[in-house]
Amino acid sequence: MATEPNNPTAALTVRGLTVFFGDRAAVKNVSIDITAKAVTAIIGPSGCGKSTFLRALNRMHELNPDARMEGQIHLFGDDIYSRTVESVTVRRRIGMVFQKSNPFPTMSIFENVTVGLRLNGLRDRKILAERTEESLHMAALWDEVKDRLNAPAVSLSGGQQQRLCIARALAVQPEVLLMDEPASALDPLATAKIEDLIVALKKDYTIVIVTHNMQQAARASDFTAFFYLGELVEFGPTTKIFTSPAQKRTEDYVTGRFG
Amino acid sequence: MDNHFEMGLDALRQKLLTMASHAETAVNQSLQALVQRDHDLALRVKENDRVIDQFEVEIDDLVIQLLTKAPLASNLRLVTVAMKISQNLERVGDEASKIAKRARDLSQEPPVKLNLDLPLMAGMALAMLKSSLDAFVNKDPIAARAIIPRDKEVDALNKQIHEILAQHMVAHPDTIGRCLNWMVACKSLERIADHAKNVAEEVVYLYEAQDIRHTANKSQPASPEAGA
Repeated sequence: MATEPNNPTAALTVRGLTVFFGDRAAVKNVSIDITAKAVTAIIGPSGCGKSTFLRALNRMHELNPDARMEGQIHLFGDDIYSRTVESVTVRRRIGMVFQKSNPFPTMSIFENVTVGLRLNGLRDRKILAERTEESLHMAALWDEVKDRLNAPAVSLSGGQQQRLCIARALAVQPEVLLMDEPASALDPLATAKIEDLIVALKKDYTIVIVTHNMQQAARASDFTAFFYLGELVEFGPTTKIFTSPAQKRTEDYVTGRFG
Repeated sequence: MDNHFEMGLDALRQKLLTMASHAETAVNQSLQALVQRDHDLALRVKENDRVIDQFEVEIDDLVIQLLTKAPLASNLRLVTVAMKISQNLERVGDEASKIAKRARDLSQEPPVKLNLDLPLMAGMALAMLKSSLDAFVNKDPIAARAIIPRDKEVDALNKQIHEILAQHMVAHPDTIGRCLNWMVACKSLERIADHAKNVAEEVVYLYEAQDIRHTANKSQPASPEAGA
């Protein structure tokens, strides 16, 4: 898929990305520009490499010892795979929210939101409190938890826990937020809240979301990338992908003919 | 793949074609009533318009059902296009009713001695309608594009017949009422050709994913698309 180099609107510029697990390439020679302050959805059948691609965007795949990558990824011009850049730094700039909400079970709501900040050495209670309120507001959770910030995070509902995880990711003020099927375990109401949140957050953040739910991609994203067998088959404005895809494989997938 | 959704799409296609067949019959019969001064046939055409209206309602229902299943890409285009085609066919039925109404009135009065080529015009409009539906069935956007310029020919014929009728009214004021009835019938045929053109444009959108309405270049596809 051809993309313009040095695209000024791109937050992430991916060139020739291949991710191997052992000898097997899970993502093959992908080049794509992720537009800043927009939502990009990654769709494709199970095993197509979309989650691997997402994880490569913040070096999360490095947690797997069999994984290695080729190619380049730049975040606003900075090479995130440069030898001088630590993966922790990258993950601070590019946060991630997972499929299953994973609040720290022994921590309170407040502690969950601030854990990243505290790990970074921030100790000032006033700043921590401000950042907590701000993050919970952004995650559309503040009104529901403001009176019980010291309650255990696991006392929240599934949808609230997922928004808490989003607040936790936002607290360290990342530039990009990666979401791996963030609503797949939630009921329609909680899903709608997450989708509304995604749309609201793009005012300030660049968001990349992996989803199996094409209606979710259609509702919440500006751009959609279709992956198949590790390849980026098609990438374009979401409306175009879902009304008139250019590639037959995309057409067949979104109309349910395979996958 | 024969899944539940595909069966719904097939039912939609079939219903649309049955509706088209009723609309085509209505136009043919209205013209027959007009030319042969057949009062009873004119009444029957008007009566049968309810059948076409009912098809429009049923197709809308089916479309709503299919839309709840959130179709995408060519399926989404088919569902939305079917709704628009059915609306155009319903209006073709309305035009046939208008012709039938004029046929009913004209059959009660002495004939106007004029050689109007309404059957030719009706033949052109009906051929356009049939071709646009064939293009829909055969998934043939190129054939659909070829239909669109034919609308201009029908427009020209309509204008020509209007001029003949206008001159006749000036020369024979006693025939004004009857000539106006012919004029309305003629205008209805011109509208039927418009609806056929609309259907053809929808067929192009369905199979090429290109919206050619209100654009100058209707004859060339922009680029190959996956579409069908």
